[in-house]
Amino acid sequence: MKDEITRDERVANLKGMGCSRKRVEDSRFTQGKGNYVDDIKLPGMLHGDFVRSPYAHARVKSINIDAAMALPGVVAVLTAKDLEPLNLHWMPTLAGDKQMVLADGKVLFQGQEVAFVVANDRYIAADAVELVEVDYEELEVIVDPFKSLQSDVVLREDMVAEDGSVPNGAHGPRKHPNHIFTWEAGEEEATNQVIDNAEVVATEEMYYHRTHPCPLETCGSVASMDKVNGKLTLWGTFQAPHVVRTVASLLSGIEEHNIRVVSPDIGGGFGNKVGVYPGYVCSIVASIVTGVPVKWVEDRMENLMSTAFARDYWMKGKISATKDGKITGLHCHVTADHGAFDACADPTKFPAGFMNICTGSYDIPVAYLGVDGVYTNKAPGGVSYRCSFRVTEAVYFIERMIEVLAIELNMDPAELRSINFIKKEQFPYTAALGWEYDSGDYQTAWDKALVAVDYKGLREEQAQRVEDFKAGKTRKVMGIGLSFFTEIVGAGPVKNCDILGMGMFDSCEIRIHPTGSAVARLGTISQGQGHATTFAQILATEIGLSAESITIEEGDTDTAPYGLGTYGSRSTPVAGAAAAMAGRKIRAKAQMIAAYLLEVHDNDVEFDVDRFVVKGSPEQFKTMKEVAYAAYNQAIPGLEPGLEAVSYYDPPNMTYPFGAYVCVMDIDVDTGVPEIRRFYALDDCGTRINPMVIDGQIHGGLTEALAVALGQEIAYDDMGNVKTGTLMDFFLPTAWEVPNYETDFTVTPSPHHPIGAKGVGESPHVGGVPCFSNAVQDAFRPFGNRHTNMPHDHWRIWQTANDLGMHD
Amino acid sequence: MIPAAFEYYRPTDMAGVIALLQEHGDDARVIAGGHSLIPMMKLRMAEVPHLIDLQAIDGLNGIAISDGTITIGAMVTQHEIINSAEMEATAPIMKEAALQIADPQVRYMGTVGGNVANGDPGNDMPGLMQCLNAQFHLVGPDGDRVVDARDFYEAAYMTDREDEEVLTAVSFTAPAGGFAYEKQKRKIGDYATAAAAVQISKEGGKVSAASIAMTNLSDTPVWSEDAGAALVGTACDEAAVKAAVTAMLDDIDPTEDNRGPVAFKRHAASIVLGRAIARAWSRA
Repeated sequence: MKDEITRDERVANLKGMGCSRKRVEDSRFTQGKGNYVDDIKLPGMLHGDFVRSPYAHARVKSINIDAAMALPGVVAVLTAKDLEPLNLHWMPTLAGDKQMVLADGKVLFQGQEVAFVVANDRYIAADAVELVEVDYEELEVIVDPFKSLQSDVVLREDMVAEDGSVPNGAHGPRKHPNHIFTWEAGEEEATNQVIDNAEVVATEEMYYHRTHPCPLETCGSVASMDKVNGKLTLWGTFQAPHVVRTVASLLSGIEEHNIRVVSPDIGGGFGNKVGVYPGYVCSIVASIVTGVPVKWVEDRMENLMSTAFARDYWMKGKISATKDGKITGLHCHVTADHGAFDACADPTKFPAGFMNICTGSYDIPVAYLGVDGVYTNKAPGGVSYRCSFRVTEAVYFIERMIEVLAIELNMDPAELRSINFIKKEQFPYTAALGWEYDSGDYQTAWDKALVAVDYKGLREEQAQRVEDFKAGKTRKVMGIGLSFFTEIVGAGPVKNCDILGMGMFDSCEIRIHPTGSAVARLGTISQGQGHATTFAQILATEIGLSAESITIEEGDTDTAPYGLGTYGSRSTPVAGAAAAMAGRKIRAKAQMIAAYLLEVHDNDVEFDVDRFVVKGSPEQFKTMKEVAYAAYNQAIPGLEPGLEAVSYYDPPNMTYPFGAYVCVMDIDVDTGVPEIRRFYALDDCGTRINPMVIDGQIHGGLTEALAVALGQEIAYDDMGNVKTGTLMDFFLPTAWEVPNYETDFTVTPSPHHPIGAKGVGESPHVGGVPCFSNAVQDAFRPFGNRHTNMPHDHWRIWQTANDLGMHD
Repeated sequence: MIPAAFEYYRPTDMAGVIALLQEHGDDARVIAGGHSLIPMMKLRMAEVPHLIDLQAIDGLNGIAISDGTITIGAMVTQHEIINSAEMEATAPIMKEAALQIADPQVRYMGTVGGNVANGDPGNDMPGLMQCLNAQFHLVGPDGDRVVDARDFYEAAYMTDREDEEVLTAVSFTAPAGGFAYEKQKRKIGDYATAAAAVQISKEGGKVSAASIAMTNLSDTPVWSEDAGAALVGTACDEAAVKAAVTAMLDDIDPTEDNRGPVAFKRHAASIVLGRAIARAWSRA
C-alpha cells in the first residue's frame, strides 16, 4: 500500500502537540452559546437569595421572618435554627476549620450569610430579603491581625474551651483565641546564626494586600433533589466537582452514587471556585425541603465581599550575603490574615500552601519560614488566585528581598540574581526548605531576556533620565522591573498532598469509537484554560488520531473519572499526564491488534504518527483508524473486543516552571500615573502543547498581575466595612490599561512528566506581580526608595514621590 | 443587584410626563439613558416606584446649531456628541470631554441631559457646561424656564430642578479660542480623580477671556471665576498659571475616598488644571 501524503502532512493532520490549534471552545463562547450555571432553567425551579450582615462583628439577637414569609411568592426562609437539626448550620472548610453556613448566634464579617430566602422568582426573593428583620448587637471589630493577637475580644467562641483555654486547631497548638496555627519550615537556629554573622544583611517588612480573584462569572449553584428516586443533582461553579460530590455526600448523608455534580461552562475561576460556599449548601437544603430545584447565583458585590479572597500576608524578611553578593541565608515570618474562618484551599499538610518555595530560584544554603494564621473580622478565604498555593506571595517576597539586598550591596539586581541562581547542573535540586526542583536552566533564560530587552542600554537610559529629572528637564522617572520566578505546580504526589484526606491524583478515561474517533473524560474542569483543545492535542500525538476527532469531556461526575479538579496549574502536570498514560495503554493494545492484522509478531510493528508499520517495511501498515474498526468488529484471538483505557496518575513530584520577566515603566511623579512602555515575558513551561494557548494564558495572567500590582484590592475600613465592593472601585483592567506583551520561551522539559510538560496558566501571574511592582520601585530607587507596598495605584505612587521630596 | 418593583411608563408627550410627575411626586423619576439611575436602582440605593421613560417624547433629540448658539436635546447621547462633525467644528471641547466619559458601551446610551440633570459630582458634563456658561432648559407644570449651569448645582444629587420639572435641553454660545478637557482617572469607566475644563481666548498675545471649571473635587462642579480671571490680561506665563491654580485650589473642597487622600487630590487638581491651561493656550 502506498500513501498519498507525506509523513509531515500526516503529522500536521493530527493537530497534535506543538501546534497552535485554534481553541475549539471559542466558537460557542464568542457566539453567546456557552452554558453557564445561570443558564440552567428547570421546571418549577425556585430562587434563593441571602440576607447578609451589614456588620463585621455582631451578636444576632433575633431573626423575624414573618413579614418575609407573608410576601406572596415566598416559599421558605431558612436560618441556622432550621439547619441545625440536619447538622448543616456549620460546614467543614477545606483547611480543617469549620464555617457557619448561616449565622449561628453571631456574625463575623460584613456580608456574612444570615438567612436564605427561597421564592418563586428572583425578584420576589430579593424583595423578601429586605423584609427579614434581624436584631444585631454590635461588637468590637478587629480588622488588624496584629491587634487580633493582642485583643481580649474573642472572635471564634467555638474555638475556645469552656475553661477559657485554647485547644489545638487543625494544624496544632494555638497561642491565643484568635490564633489559628503556627507553621514552620527549615532551621531557625541555623538560619539566625548565619544571618547574625553575615557580612551583609538586608531586612524588610512588606504587606501583600488582600485582593480577590474576581472571575467574570460569579459563584452559583442549582440543586435538584428528586425525592422519587432519591437522587440529588447539583450544577455549580466548581473547580473540583468530584470533591464537591464527596463533601456533599459526607455532609448530607446521601450516598455518593446518588449524587451527581456537574460543572457546566465556567466563566473563570482563578481559585475563587475551589471552596465550598454557604450558597451551595443552602440551595441543596432548600431543594431537599421543597422537593423542587433551587437556584442560587450571587451578584458581583456578594462575590467580592463574601467569597474567597486572596493574599493578605504581612511578611517580614531577613536575607544575608557575602560582600560579593552570594546569598548565605534567608529568614521569613508571615502573619497571615485568614478572616473569620480558615477557609484556605491548601493541601492538608500545608496550611500556608507552598509558601516554603520562598527561597525562589536561588541557591540559598539555609533558610527558615514561620507562618502564623490569625482570625479577623473579614471574609474567609485565602485561596490561590491564579497561582499554586501561596506561590505568588512566596515569589513576591523573594523577588523583593533580592531587590532590597541589591540596594544594600549597591549592586545591579540582575547581576545579583545571576550570582545566586541554582545552576543547571544542580538539578534535581533540593532547596533549603525541602522542595526538590525537577529541572531548570535559569541562567540561559535570564541571559536571553536581558539581551532581548537590551538591559544595559535600559540602565544607561535610566541613568540619563535621573540626570534629566534632577536638572528639571522632565517630570517622568523610569523604572526597570525585573523578576525571575520558579513556580511549584501540579499538586501533587498523593504522599504529600491531599485535600480533606483525598489524594491529589488525577485521571483520564478514553474510549475509541469504531470509526476512529474518540471521547476522553478527565477529572479536571476547564474554566477557560482550553482543555478541550489541548488535551485532545496530547491524545492526538499519543494515539495517532486527529485532535479534531477527539471530544474532551469534563465536569460531570456521573461520566468523568474521579479527579481533584483544576487549580494550582495542576491540569496539565497531573491530568495531562493521565491522558498521556491512558493514550499509551490504548496504543499498547492497538499495537497487538495491528500486528495481528499485519500477520507479524507484536514486536515487529512500531508506532509512527497515525499508524503502526512493520519494522523495516513502511509500506506495510495499519492506520489507527483501521485498528479501531478491527478492535470492535473483528474477532482477535486472545484479545477482548473494544479499545478503551483509563489512567489514574499520581505524579512522582511537582513540576517547576520558571521564567524571566522585564517591565519598563515611565512614571509621572506629579499625577502618580504609570505608563508601561514594554513588557517582556520569557516562560519555560517545559514541553509546549499549544503555543497559542500558552500565549493566551500568559496575556491573561500578566493582566491579572498588572491588576494586583497597580490597584486591585479588597480594602476595609476600621469598622470592617468593605470599601471596594463594586467594579467601580475594585480594579479590573480593560484593554485600555493593558500594554502589549512580548512573549518568549525556552524549553526545559520536566524529567518525570510523561510528556515533559510543566503547566503555565499561573506562571505569568506569579512572575508578573513582582515584575510590575519592581518596576515602580526601581523608578524611585535612584531617589532613595527601598520598599513601598502594593497596590501601586496613582495616589500611593504619588505618595512615594512626595515622601521622597520629589514635589518640593 | 436586583431592583425593587416599579411601574414603567412611556408617555408620548411632555404633558403626559409632567402629569405623572405631579401625580407621584418624588416617587417618580424620569429616565434618559439610565446609566446612572439603573445601577442605583439595582443596588436599591435609589427607590423609584414610578419610572418614566423619555424616549418616546419628541423634541428631546438632536443637536441644533444656529446663529452661534448650540442647543443639545436632553436625549442626545455622548456617542452622538462625539460623532457630530458640526459639534466638533463649533465646540470641539465637547468631543474631547465626551471621549473621556466611561467607555463606548456607556456612551452609546448615556445622554447629555441625564449627565447634567442627575447632579452626580463625578459626572463630566456639569463642569463642562459651567465652563461654557450653558443654560439648562426646564419644563414643568408652570411652563418653561431657563437656569444657568453655574446656578444649577446645590449639593451632591441636589439641583435647582423641581421634582415636577424635566430638563429638556442645554444650550450655549459657541465657544471661542482654545480649549481643553483634561481628566485623570484610575481606569476606563472611572469617574475623575480630578478633571478640568478650560476655554481661553487670545488677543494680541494676551488672554482676553478664560473660563475654568473643575470636576469631582467638591460635592458640586466648581466653576472657578477667580482662576479664569487670574489668566486674563496675562501671556499665560508660568506665574499666571500658578495664580490660576492657586485661585482654583481656594474654590475646590475634595474629600478622601478610594482615589486618594485630600492632599493628593489637590495636587492632582493643580497638575490637571496646569496641563489643561497649557493645552488650551496652545490652541488659542
